[in-house]
Amino acid sequence: MFIEIKELKKIYNKFCAVNNINFQIDKNKTIGLLGPNGCGKTTTIGMMLGLVSPTSGEIKIENKNINLFNRDEILKRFNFASPYVELPKKLTVKQNLEIYGRLYGVKNLNKRIYEISDDLNIKNFFYRKTGELSSGQKNRVSLAKSLINKPEILLLDEPTASLDPDIGDFIRSYIQDYKTKNKVTILLASHNMGEVERLCDSVIMMRKGKIIDQGTCKELIKKHGRNNLEETFLKLARSEDEL
Amino acid sequence: MNFNKIYALGLRHLYLIMNSFPRVLDLIYWPTVQIFLWGFISKFFTLNSEYYSNTVGIILTAAILYDFLFRASISFNMMFLEEIWSRNFTNLFIAPIKIREIIAALTITAIIRTLIGLVPAVLIAIPLFGVSVLKLGIPLIFLLLALYLFGITLGLLVTSGLLRYGPSFENIAWASLFFLAPLGCIYYPIEILPTSLQIIAKALPLVHIFEEMRSILMNNYVNYSNIFKSITISIVYFIFGVIIFYISYFGAKKRGTLMNMGE
Repeated sequence: MFIEIKELKKIYNKFCAVNNINFQIDKNKTIGLLGPNGCGKTTTIGMMLGLVSPTSGEIKIENKNINLFNRDEILKRFNFASPYVELPKKLTVKQNLEIYGRLYGVKNLNKRIYEISDDLNIKNFFYRKTGELSSGQKNRVSLAKSLINKPEILLLDEPTASLDPDIGDFIRSYIQDYKTKNKVTILLASHNMGEVERLCDSVIMMRKGKIIDQGTCKELIKKHGRNNLEETFLKLARSEDEL
Repeated sequence: MNFNKIYALGLRHLYLIMNSFPRVLDLIYWPTVQIFLWGFISKFFTLNSEYYSNTVGIILTAAILYDFLFRASISFNMMFLEEIWSRNFTNLFIAPIKIREIIAALTITAIIRTLIGLVPAVLIAIPLFGVSVLKLGIPLIFLLLALYLFGITLGLLVTSGLLRYGPSFENIAWASLFFLAPLGCIYYPIEILPTSLQIIAKALPLVHIFEEMRSILMNNYVNYSNIFKSITISIVYFIFGVIIFYISYFGAKKRGTLMNMGE
């Protein structure tokens, strides 16, 4: 097992944000993390990134507790993108990619910057300040930053939130294409069920800090007798009895 | 320590300065205004005060050294606040950079920001008021070192507060130095303070730094043991600041505030 989450729990004061969750992710698979707002997705991602300390439980990478890795060593293998986390607004796109490339110790940095910029179509605003870009442009730059180090584990928190359908589709197609060409394990938190169906090998459904179901999209749809993932999500999100 | 990463983080702040002329102007503006203000006050006192009558420029030199401390601390705070304002906190703290490398990068870059602001002001003071801090000679290096360490320590304590309490702690960042200034005996000897406050003041490096500065300028006498005492006190505070920063960082991880720190 590449990533193993074991009895992971996070309590903020008296509020239990994540309640003893368990799941595994195989290498080079894409897993969707679904659930209503406040269900614990972001906290789970935060714990995996080392930004939030778990109250109990453990996160294992290749059977080794994440805390036993050297901070640099493990974070070099990760990256993260979210529209809610921005890059320095007053720096140009190229400056931001250069700085993060250096922080991640990327070899042949200029080549990598041009390569990823070509792929994500961001070269035409390379020298513009990041704060002056549109949401779609910012999202692509954020994705470029998250791929600068060719991460083994990529965490994406609603990567297409608030994007128009065209740009949203561009990003989904890019991620789809990227994961077929590169060895990457992706954990994708999203509210876009079409996106999840398209990109994920399996999904984890969360509600009130707990995992309420998991499996492939087809399995879950069939199991809950619904026509698509959106209907399945609504059924699980609204049912109280399963907790 | 990985110097490439320290350089990368330093570069982030240098780009920020280089990309904006108003930002450079802002860095230079306030120290220059300070020098003008204290230059005229200094001139008045040298003409009208018995204490300062024989030594031109003690007040202005004190103002320059105090501004150095102030700029060092504010620079450190500002760079940290920039990460909060730009909502870049998460990206920074998930990058493979050690906390001590972040502290080192901010400490090194703060001196560049400080010097960009202060050097023009110091140069202006020479022809305009006939005052040069270089008159302090070699001890100036040690006095600046002690001031810088203490300025960075205040920066560390304020940024620890930002980690602990979030952006609402920002106002304390601006107020922190004004709180300590009266006890620092920047413009007056320690004897002016009430006895109880003298005890507290002596525990700060500022008193020893500014007393020594006055001694050098007025008596032409350098007491290196005093200077090294001020450096030692500054180092002790600096270590304390680093420890507090680490405690705040781990506390922020516990409370999950690193995940959503922003404006």
